[in-house]
Amino acid sequence: MKIIKLMISMFAVFLITACGNQTTKKTSTLDTTKKQGFVKCGVSQGLPGFSNADAGGNWTGIDVDVCRAVAAAVLGDATKVKYTPLSAKERFTALQAGDIDVLSRNTTWTLERDAAIGLEFVGVNFYDGQGFMVRSSSGIKSVKDFKNGTKVCTNTGTTTELNMADFFKAAGVTYEPVVFEKADEVVQAYDAGRCDTYTTDKSGLAAQRTKMSKPDDHIVLPETISKEPLGPVVREGDGDWADVVRWSLNVWIEAEEYGVNSSNIDSMMDSKNPAIQRIVGAEGTKNGAALNLDQKWSYNIIKQVGNYAESYKRNLADTGIMPDRGPNALWTKGGILYVPPVR
Amino acid sequence: MNLVNWTRKNLFSNWHDTLLTFIILFLFYISIPPLLSWMFFDATFFGTSKKDCSGTGACWVFIQVWLKRFTYGMYPNDQIWRIDLAFIIFFFVIGAYFFVNTKIKKILFIFLTIIFPFLAIFLFHGGLFGLEEVETRVWGGLFLTLFISVFSIIFCFPIGVLLAMGRRSKLPVIRYFSIGFIELWRGVPLITVLFMAAVMFPVFLPSGTNLDKLVRVIIAITLFESAYIAEVIRGGLQAIPKGQYDAANSLGMGYWKSHILIILPQALKIVIPGVANTFIALFKDTPLILVVGLMELLGMVNMAKTNPAWLGLATEGYVFAAIVYFIFCFAMSRYSLRLEKQLKTSN
Repeated sequence: MKIIKLMISMFAVFLITACGNQTTKKTSTLDTTKKQGFVKCGVSQGLPGFSNADAGGNWTGIDVDVCRAVAAAVLGDATKVKYTPLSAKERFTALQAGDIDVLSRNTTWTLERDAAIGLEFVGVNFYDGQGFMVRSSSGIKSVKDFKNGTKVCTNTGTTTELNMADFFKAAGVTYEPVVFEKADEVVQAYDAGRCDTYTTDKSGLAAQRTKMSKPDDHIVLPETISKEPLGPVVREGDGDWADVVRWSLNVWIEAEEYGVNSSNIDSMMDSKNPAIQRIVGAEGTKNGAALNLDQKWSYNIIKQVGNYAESYKRNLADTGIMPDRGPNALWTKGGILYVPPVR
Repeated sequence: MNLVNWTRKNLFSNWHDTLLTFIILFLFYISIPPLLSWMFFDATFFGTSKKDCSGTGACWVFIQVWLKRFTYGMYPNDQIWRIDLAFIIFFFVIGAYFFVNTKIKKILFIFLTIIFPFLAIFLFHGGLFGLEEVETRVWGGLFLTLFISVFSIIFCFPIGVLLAMGRRSKLPVIRYFSIGFIELWRGVPLITVLFMAAVMFPVFLPSGTNLDKLVRVIIAITLFESAYIAEVIRGGLQAIPKGQYDAANSLGMGYWKSHILIILPQALKIVIPGVANTFIALFKDTPLILVVGLMELLGMVNMAKTNPAWLGLATEGYVFAAIVYFIFCFAMSRYSLRLEKQLKTSN
């Protein structure tokens, strides 16, 4: 018994020293990225509108645009990104192990992830939330119309299932879950009439609706039963790098607020408005220097990637995934998209 | 006349046979025409986007447009010739193998097993002699499926042979090590092993040092499958009559000499079906690497079907993947049968 205890404690000591070594050895991600000449970015294995490869082998999506914005800011070229497709389970380890430097993979910002597992969330590029889809013929107009015994189709083993359970418990309505492993199976079951409603994240609902045999026969209910703020993540403990990613994201969104986009930015360079001068990085502004970046960092982002509105239109609106901006409209236009001022 | 007799004898010999025949014909009737019209008659074969698909049948345009991605993954388009070149060399050598005499066969065999793997890795990965480096993160599609299968098969076979011999060894250290190794790897599911290799392993490494994820995955699959191969080969070793061992010993052969010259050639011949079985299973297990973010054939199909411009074409993608997997597995099983017949000595 004593020997076992001794061995366990020795192993623990070994682990602690090993971890200690890891935390003392710090290198600046920003410097490494500049030296390497590319941004290492983790994306999904295919999520419509967020990160996806096209037939030509290029990555597109609103999450991908975050990576491209960071590359444009740091290296002046939005194409200098190396994408690593990651499964949901390995994404955080890949970030911690240094396989990637930015994780932009529709990751929900939660307390546990931010505080407990050595990650730093730098902002939100999409506000998602769980919703319900029903047949318009069912007469259900709101989640309040759900009756006892409602059959609900959803994916198994995700937070979606837990949110659904919480929701129905709080509402005091009995329900019958019909769960499947794959999103495609859920959609097929719902389309075939095996359940009354289908629940998943609203961005997913809109994308799946396009696959139905008659998309117009289905509506997404207005209520949202969970908060899913999705945003880019970096490693904890490298403040400079977190700042670069955070402000690349912020300037991308603020450019929309001031009407600066990829086609008019060249004329905006001479703008008299000090806020716009700061956004485009005109002569005399100090934003670039403060971030250890080039003076033209923000110009490069907007010129090469476009502003948030352009990204949204290209990836989510024109593709029919979420034509309506909803909560992702600017705070000035009835949404909740609000970023700190770039100054 | 012959046909009528045959039909009467085999399909309509009594009333329940007749009933069964009609039921089966009815099942064919309700299932085959819709399938054929979906796959061929109503299908769209040529086009450039989903809009070209007429609606009722399969949309093979999807496969046609995405074929490059399904085959090569995210490999840079201007570097694809390197993969093609490696596979052309590979199939050329394999093809030549059947037509040349024994002496050249030996040279070709050595080339294929010793030189070619390095040549292929050099071509795929580059980074030397002016060849642009292509990191494994962009490898994918059928190319990655074949790469992982071929390398795992090449490595796991010799390890398996050694483990099988080790398990029958009289030296306790070697025997218990082999037993422990085999039982450990057989006792855990492959998906767990892959998770350990891809997710946990980097955490144990000191920061800064990193082993490529693909290498970690290949090592994991190799160790896992070598345990199964070892057990298959052990079956062959035990099937060799004791007289063969005695005969080898009485000729003054030592352990290694008797195994290499007498025992293993016979044992391996017996276990060809089992080994082929394991290799086919290995090939079909490769889609599991999806869970660690490697995008082999099925991964690329999954990626393609979630592209906003191609939503709703999952069935076509899966049918395509199934056909490709079937072709390779069937070829492997046919080849093993051929090998069995070739090596059959009349006894």
